[in-house]
Amino acid sequence: MNFFVETLVGGLLAGVMYSLVAIGFVLVFKASGVFNFAQGSMVLCAALTFVTLREKNIDFWLAALITLAIMVAIAIAVERVVLRPLVNQPQVTLFMATLGLSFVIEGLSQIAMGASVHELDLGIVDTPVKFGDIQVSQFDLVAAATAGVLVVALSIFFSKTRVGISLRAIADDPQAALSIGIRLQTLWQIVWGVAGFVSLVAGLLWGSRQGVQFALTLVVLKALPVLIIGGFTSITGAIVGGLIVGAGDSLAEIYLGGLLGGSVSTWFAYALAVVFLLIRPSGLFGEAAIERI
Amino acid sequence: MSEPILQLRDVSLSFKGIQALNALSFEVARGEICALIGPNGAGKSSLLNVINGVYRADSGDVIFDQRRFERIRPTQAARFGIGRTFQHNALFKRLSVRDNVLAGLIRHSRTTLIEDAFGVGRDRSETREFGRRADDIIAFLELTRHRDAIVSTLPYGVQKRVDLARALVGRPTLLLLDEPMAGMNQEEKREMSRFILDANRTLKTTIVLIEHDIGVVMGLSHHVVVLDYGRKVGDGTPEEVRNNPDVITAYLGAVH
Repeated sequence: MNFFVETLVGGLLAGVMYSLVAIGFVLVFKASGVFNFAQGSMVLCAALTFVTLREKNIDFWLAALITLAIMVAIAIAVERVVLRPLVNQPQVTLFMATLGLSFVIEGLSQIAMGASVHELDLGIVDTPVKFGDIQVSQFDLVAAATAGVLVVALSIFFSKTRVGISLRAIADDPQAALSIGIRLQTLWQIVWGVAGFVSLVAGLLWGSRQGVQFALTLVVLKALPVLIIGGFTSITGAIVGGLIVGAGDSLAEIYLGGLLGGSVSTWFAYALAVVFLLIRPSGLFGEAAIERI
Repeated sequence: MSEPILQLRDVSLSFKGIQALNALSFEVARGEICALIGPNGAGKSSLLNVINGVYRADSGDVIFDQRRFERIRPTQAARFGIGRTFQHNALFKRLSVRDNVLAGLIRHSRTTLIEDAFGVGRDRSETREFGRRADDIIAFLELTRHRDAIVSTLPYGVQKRVDLARALVGRPTLLLLDEPMAGMNQEEKREMSRFILDANRTLKTTIVLIEHDIGVVMGLSHHVVVLDYGRKVGDGTPEEVRNNPDVITAYLGAVH
């Protein structure tokens, strides 16, 4: 029983990391109805920038601040150069644009900062902590706490502020939002900037776990089942979806791995997503959004 | 009547060979309620869409508040003071009534992102000011008991009023109402007419509205413009229009 709980807790904590990446997608999806394929490359870009600055012996917080500034600059540039000319184009055009954008960001990041694997040490001790008989990774706890704080902060930001009302208004009815004078351009810059910030946090946590390398862009693929399960339009959905995927992955690996010959966690989340697509295509918290992809 | 707030001169618009508006000219005086009437497909909604920039006219001028423009975008139109409601409710259905009304004020916001996000600087006074203005207009339209309800849960007639509140809260100088009473029963129509009159008198808003119910139009408006197949067939006070033989054949009586 203890072993089961340990696996479950470990899975849930890992799931929070998935949620973190998924939230970046949800924000952009709400504001523009598009699955932002470039999110993964933004995670890579943020982590790579940060680690390069750290290797030049720049202070932790200063490095984080500079990286954040760069992510915001990218967000503004993306809105000006890529999104603004494509206003009123079909969703699939925007999606293709983010696909292209992901190659550009990946390429430029690696030209500027190299393609080798960097080690990233955030100074979090990774010794297990004991709660009674259950051992939990300390790093997982810190990561989950960070993600949790970020999620709460974003939820408050997008429910209490005028930017939040604009975002929900645009997500609900873009034409009506424009006709009452809400500025789509400004909102896109803000949302991409926040997505850049989320990428930074995700990049640091994932980077310190897996090493900062090209494979970080693949977190996009892991976020996809999270979004399908939770729903594309809901921050709550991203959290719950992440937890389900994280817990499902590690439980399946342990309890089905032996029966099916291992490596269950590489496909389990996708199989789960397919089941959700059949039963509840808009996800647990989403609202009839699937046709917009 | 005083100087015109809105002038249209020879405005034409066509979609793939269909002439929606044909060299249309008329004026709306400051402070009046002007009704656009005409059979379905006469070009009434297209006309509103030209005025607030959803469509671009093929030719002709639109002059609003002494500013002449060929092409205006909906966001710009809103900033110049042109508010509008839609034939099919375009409210934010998953938001509360108050958030919908607040959304109508966002273009007046002067705070920066940082102030907004952290609730510092001018944010407090602006939040208070916006909240007060939203609550005022909600009270004005007698929506106070629905204030925190999610819009999709409200009856249709009340939603129409929320749409009006969202348009009015920004204090537009010109308000375009596209069939504000469509689908309402007599009681609801009477109520809505009262709110529209109140807005016109108390808030001094010039109103251009589309309405099919001739009884309502005659009682409500100062000025009636009749459209048929994209052309103007009548223009005057309700009395004049009622007695205009062209209007009677085009719209009120004869079979099409």
